Amino acid sequence: MGNITLKKVNKSFGATQVIPGIDLNIEDGEFVVFVGPSGCGKSTLLRLIAGLEDTTSGTIEIDGRDVTGAAPAKRGLAMVFQSYALYPHMSVRNNIAFPLKMAKLDHSAIDKKVTEAARILNLTNYLDRRPGQLSGGQRQRVAIGRAIVREPSAFLFDEPLSNLDAALRGTMRLEISELHHQLQTTMIYVTHDQVEAMTMADKIVVLNAGNIEQVGSPLDLYHRPDNLFVAGFIGSPRMNFATGEFSRPYNAHTIGVRPEHLQLSTQSGTWSGVVGVAEHLGSDTFLHIHVEGIGLVTARVGGDFGVSHGDQVFLTPDEGRVHRFNDKGLAIR
Amino acid sequence: MARAVSTRRTAAFTIAAWIVALIIFFPILYTIITSFKSETEAIQGFSLIPSGTVESYVEVQTQKDYFKPFMNSVILSVGSTLLALLISVPAAWSMAFSPTKKTKDVLMWMLSTKMMPAVAVLVPIYLIFRDFGLLDSRLGLTFMLTMINLPIVIWMLYTYFREIPGEILEAARMDGASLWGEIIYVLTPMAVPGIASTMLLNIILAWNEAFWTIRLTTTNAAPLTAFIASFSSPQGLFWAKLSAASTLAIAPILIMGWFSQKQLVRGLTFGAVK
Repeated sequence: MGNITLKKVNKSFGATQVIPGIDLNIEDGEFVVFVGPSGCGKSTLLRLIAGLEDTTSGTIEIDGRDVTGAAPAKRGLAMVFQSYALYPHMSVRNNIAFPLKMAKLDHSAIDKKVTEAARILNLTNYLDRRPGQLSGGQRQRVAIGRAIVREPSAFLFDEPLSNLDAALRGTMRLEISELHHQLQTTMIYVTHDQVEAMTMADKIVVLNAGNIEQVGSPLDLYHRPDNLFVAGFIGSPRMNFATGEFSRPYNAHTIGVRPEHLQLSTQSGTWSGVVGVAEHLGSDTFLHIHVEGIGLVTARVGGDFGVSHGDQVFLTPDEGRVHRFNDKGLAIR
Repeated sequence: MARAVSTRRTAAFTIAAWIVALIIFFPILYTIITSFKSETEAIQGFSLIPSGTVESYVEVQTQKDYFKPFMNSVILSVGSTLLALLISVPAAWSMAFSPTKKTKDVLMWMLSTKMMPAVAVLVPIYLIFRDFGLLDSRLGLTFMLTMINLPIVIWMLYTYFREIPGEILEAARMDGASLWGEIIYVLTPMAVPGIASTMLLNIILAWNEAFWTIRLTTTNAAPLTAFIASFSSPQGLFWAKLSAASTLAIAPILIMGWFSQKQLVRGLTFGAVK
């Protein structure tokens, strides 16, 4: 089981309030991603759940048990760190076995579990190496191995992929998702990368300045952002915003249109602009268009859309795809 | 072309390094050479070729007991090093892993005590030693050497401990290690190389310390530094004997340094080169 409930969790470092009071419920077996810009408090929140930081006030419950004051090891959680945090003087085998040794399991049980974890994570051939002799991806797998042998009620991941190169990040992302399907254990994953959040999560928690801006499934957040922050943070390239004369026809203070929800034409449309930089990805092209009164607008078009720098184009937002926000930045529905 | 230039550069640097090394080592070399000369040879002027006589060594042995100051040197340097580690490991530990706003100031203050010339406190220290009956005692001198080297030991250990990432300790905590489990299985194995090279360096520093060891001892607690000094005595200077005594005094530490040079170099450049 791995049901985690936060009630009015508050954290201050001295006079600085990092987390002003958060209520959150994480269901057993869920893959939850905490996402937000750096300094938003997502790592602190994870460390509060882990027990590596003490809460200033509020309670944390795991499966109905109040663990607010419990030591990290007593919470039944396992954590994978950004720096991997492997024990450099121990072999891969001993790294993975370490939590089991601390739990005083007998040798044969430890051996069996380590072998099984190594098999799942493709580490069988590396068991006798030291962490220093492994690549970044392999190290990360050892860190995950060390977490899974404990059979925790939940896994905590603190930006585990940010030290890897882009290609490896993609592979590891899939591996972690696959692992979640195999183990069906609650996972809490912290990242600043909204692509990781979108692709891996069952539920995303968007954090900003210690506050939860919105909680929902990836598509929920994409289609129905509660406010300007979530609208701007989720989705890549980010949503275009316009105010004033552009938003007035929609009865809103601000409107937002995603780059993929703009129709482009060289003849006619609602807004007109001049093509700036074009980013060709092959399948798609991102056009950055200067529109008088809005500024730079990003539009996503087919890979072979034939315009070049300096051309005049017309943009038309898809009906029903325009997000409306009031003067406080909250969504109007 | 570029290759030729770089080879020439490498050669130039190699020669320069050898010259510097020779200049640094020359006093030791010349001491050793002189120790194999007779007294008449020794005062005759500069010569790199000794007659090879061992009469000075024999003379030194018969005139004075080498073993006692040698044992004193061992006891003082090892004793003061262990005492220094006993104090500095917890001190450096707490400063590295739970620093406060004042940690940097405390470290600076410790280092600043090394900036004061020792002679400035000679009289008060001498009087304290006299009043507490610590003059010419191993205990007093061990304590003195500990105090002298403590700032350096703490600084070295502090830089070592700082290199141990905090996340590893947190990982151990998550993995269910108790405080002692954390110390025994994770911290100590990672800190041992650092503690070892600090220990080596401190033994060398304590072995060679001459200001206090000569001034605060006469016979009982006198280490090898005082043994050397005793050969520049009222009868006049006997260069060959003095050199023989010096060679005997530095030989143990030179041999130890030779065998542990890898550790020492690592210890001294730690943090600077990664």
